[in-house]
Amino acid sequence: MSGIKDRVAIIGMGCTKFGERWDSSAADLMVEAAYEAYEDAGIEPKDVQAAWLGTVSSFRTGQPLAEALKLDYIPITRVENACATATDAFRNAAYAVAAGIYDIVLAVGVEKLKDSGFSGLAVPEAPGSDVSPPTPPPSQFAMAATRYFHQYGIPYEEGKRTLARIAAKNHHNGTLNPRAHFQQEISTDQVVNAPMIAWPLGLFDCCGVSDGAAAAIITTPEIARSFRQDYVLVKALSLSVGAFGAIRSDWDFTHFPETVRASQAAYQEAGISNARDELDMAMVHDCFTITELIIYEDLGFSPRGRASEDVESGAFTLEGDLPVNTDGGLKCFGHPIGASGIRMIYEVYKQLQGKAEARQLQKADLGLTHNLGGRPGSFTCSVAVFGAAP
Amino acid sequence: MPGIVSHGAYVPRYRLGPETSGWPVPFQRAVANFDEDSITMAVAAGQDCLRGHDREQIDGLLFASSTSPYAEKQGAAIIATALDLRRDIFTADITDVLRSGTAALKAALDSVAAGSAGRVLVVAADTRQGPPRSDTERNSGDGAAAFLIGGDDVMAEAIGSHSLSVNMLDNWRSAGDSFVRSWEDRFAIEEGLERILPEAVQGFCQKYGMNPDSFDRVACFAPDARRHGRLVRQMGFAPEQVQEPYFGRMGNTGAAFPLMLLSGALDELEPNKNILVVSYGDGSDVMAFRTTELVEAASMGKGGLNRHLDTGTVLDSYETYAKWRDIWTTDEAARRPAPSSPSVAALWRESDKNMRLHAGKCVSCGYVQYPQQRVCVNCQRREESNPVRLSEQPAEVFTYSMDYIAGAVDTPLVVSVVDFHCGGRMLCMMTDRELEEVHVGMPVTMSFRKLRVVNGIHNYYWKAIPRRFESEASLG
Repeated sequence: MSGIKDRVAIIGMGCTKFGERWDSSAADLMVEAAYEAYEDAGIEPKDVQAAWLGTVSSFRTGQPLAEALKLDYIPITRVENACATATDAFRNAAYAVAAGIYDIVLAVGVEKLKDSGFSGLAVPEAPGSDVSPPTPPPSQFAMAATRYFHQYGIPYEEGKRTLARIAAKNHHNGTLNPRAHFQQEISTDQVVNAPMIAWPLGLFDCCGVSDGAAAAIITTPEIARSFRQDYVLVKALSLSVGAFGAIRSDWDFTHFPETVRASQAAYQEAGISNARDELDMAMVHDCFTITELIIYEDLGFSPRGRASEDVESGAFTLEGDLPVNTDGGLKCFGHPIGASGIRMIYEVYKQLQGKAEARQLQKADLGLTHNLGGRPGSFTCSVAVFGAAP
Repeated sequence: MPGIVSHGAYVPRYRLGPETSGWPVPFQRAVANFDEDSITMAVAAGQDCLRGHDREQIDGLLFASSTSPYAEKQGAAIIATALDLRRDIFTADITDVLRSGTAALKAALDSVAAGSAGRVLVVAADTRQGPPRSDTERNSGDGAAAFLIGGDDVMAEAIGSHSLSVNMLDNWRSAGDSFVRSWEDRFAIEEGLERILPEAVQGFCQKYGMNPDSFDRVACFAPDARRHGRLVRQMGFAPEQVQEPYFGRMGNTGAAFPLMLLSGALDELEPNKNILVVSYGDGSDVMAFRTTELVEAASMGKGGLNRHLDTGTVLDSYETYAKWRDIWTTDEAARRPAPSSPSVAALWRESDKNMRLHAGKCVSCGYVQYPQQRVCVNCQRREESNPVRLSEQPAEVFTYSMDYIAGAVDTPLVVSVVDFHCGGRMLCMMTDRELEEVHVGMPVTMSFRKLRVVNGIHNYYWKAIPRRFESEASLG
């Protein structure tokens, strides 16, 4: 196994403004993201030899991408893998380049959620017996929060306060990002006192629901050098799919083994021995504040049960030793499911190039993205690592 | 000699009462939760009745109700499956009249006497609805009773029965109607109840050479407390002979009512006592039983009907009840798409999982897992697994959430992960809960409930409920 490290590079990326894009169809969003990526890379649409489209519910096939971009009869594959969809579309595109099949490929992630008329996620399900409890994502992750508080003896008020600091941090980062859906500061008091969605999670513990798209142009490092000096190298791409579900009675609900396994594989592929020390940033799947708290531990940033200490010390803020969700995260971008992974890569890409504007980190050489799809007990988790060009 | 081998009852947790705002009645009545109906209550009473009894020996199940949820589709088959009874049994619904409970009891006794069945389970349940503010709404209650009828090891022998069939429109409800209709009650009482029941009881006494003094208890139907008192006096029973009819605590539970009174009497009586059961509806069935030496042992540890009546929670407002009964329709918040019809093929395929609540115990490593898996979650071998019925197993809450946006009726929706003491973990809704009692480690038991009705399909599944009785901690 030779792995993906340093075998493919990103030479261009695009990301739409995320939000309630009443004005734009999913096709409009794909065009917006792809043309920014073309321009950033300095390529023409005809240079794209193959494409992967990540979307969960907006389209069923790759065809809409061809029609929106008027691509020239090239191969296009639609990828769907829950909240890891965009990163998995990127992963498949990268592997095709690494395999030597294509020189330049396009990966696009898109989701149009706000046409459903529902406030939450409205993803249709296959016909079934319909006896499973209705457990929209807030309820699923609330069960993790309940158990986390219980297992570590954290009083409710204290736990809520810790979670609130995560939401406030991400909202602060979002104020510095013109592409974010939400761009205003919130206080920890606002988070703690917000209306309850799924106890113990309140409104501001939850990420938003929005529309958006992001795109990446992927090629080999050799070709990348002919386009630009500040290309970005892929260091690792891993995917872990949970197989045991929440039916094992010895699983604790306070760690997500899929994140642990995916990150261990990614660290090995990238040659990272101490993630907390070596990474300069991480864009993680903060669908809910409790998710980000548990991710700190699952990614090895914080010891088990002690992530709240790092939250208190500000370790994951823009000024901390390992800034997390520098772009505002799902909290401020919302979660157009098929787009989120490439949106995260977009932030790492800009940071590594020194182009992250007001959010720019002083040291930005190695960054991680993380997506968690599914629900506690049965996740699909992707972890990717990117490095600046040598 | 045919008779009663075991009995059980079920009264829902909730009550309308003097403390309920918007319900100007000075006494209580039992009300089914929003996810209960006559089938779910019949299952609960059946579970109560069958504790400690071998279900493999049951050859038939009769379901009696005037409020079976389906107009076409057997309720008894649903109940027999939820109770995890054998497949090769006789099942039937006896419906449409208040007298259906005693009719089912008589049919079961007759089939045992005839030798066509060894043991037959009779379940009777009703959730009759009157129009808001009507006498029917005020005096009715929701509840269920169950009797295991057999030819040996009986706790009460059947003495005999006598019936009258009288065609009369005093109470009726046509297909499609929500509420029971009644004719002027002076007519209904004078020409119906107060004429028919004495005639039926007199007929029974003549037939068996008995008289009102022959009975230690009379479990007699009546629509309300005042009529009940007048009727038993009129028929010549002294107050000490009269089985307490639970008006003011439970209410008239329709088809289940005379059977619930019989169950209550059996909880209290010593051996060699005679009980008279009198039902009403298009005539009357009168039956009598004599307790045996087994009566005390059979009731031991069960706690009986009274523990159900003693563990009630009074609703804060009539509005809650009105929402539960669809009298007050709620606007489903614009959060989720309307549910589509469940797939009947999937329901059929998942019957052991959803209705019988079977977990699987891996024959290779012994790990218990719900639902049954094709490949063991523990040893990852593709082996057969043996079914483990979880519906009577005690469990406790491992974690939970309280969802304020997922539902419109039962807000917040408590979703729990429960671990069974016998092994196995299940994600399920919690019902019959007061929010302040929900906690990690909370003891729960499983209760058969109706999730929703879509496409005319009543979709049933099991939910966790707070452990209602201490004795359930060790059952299973």
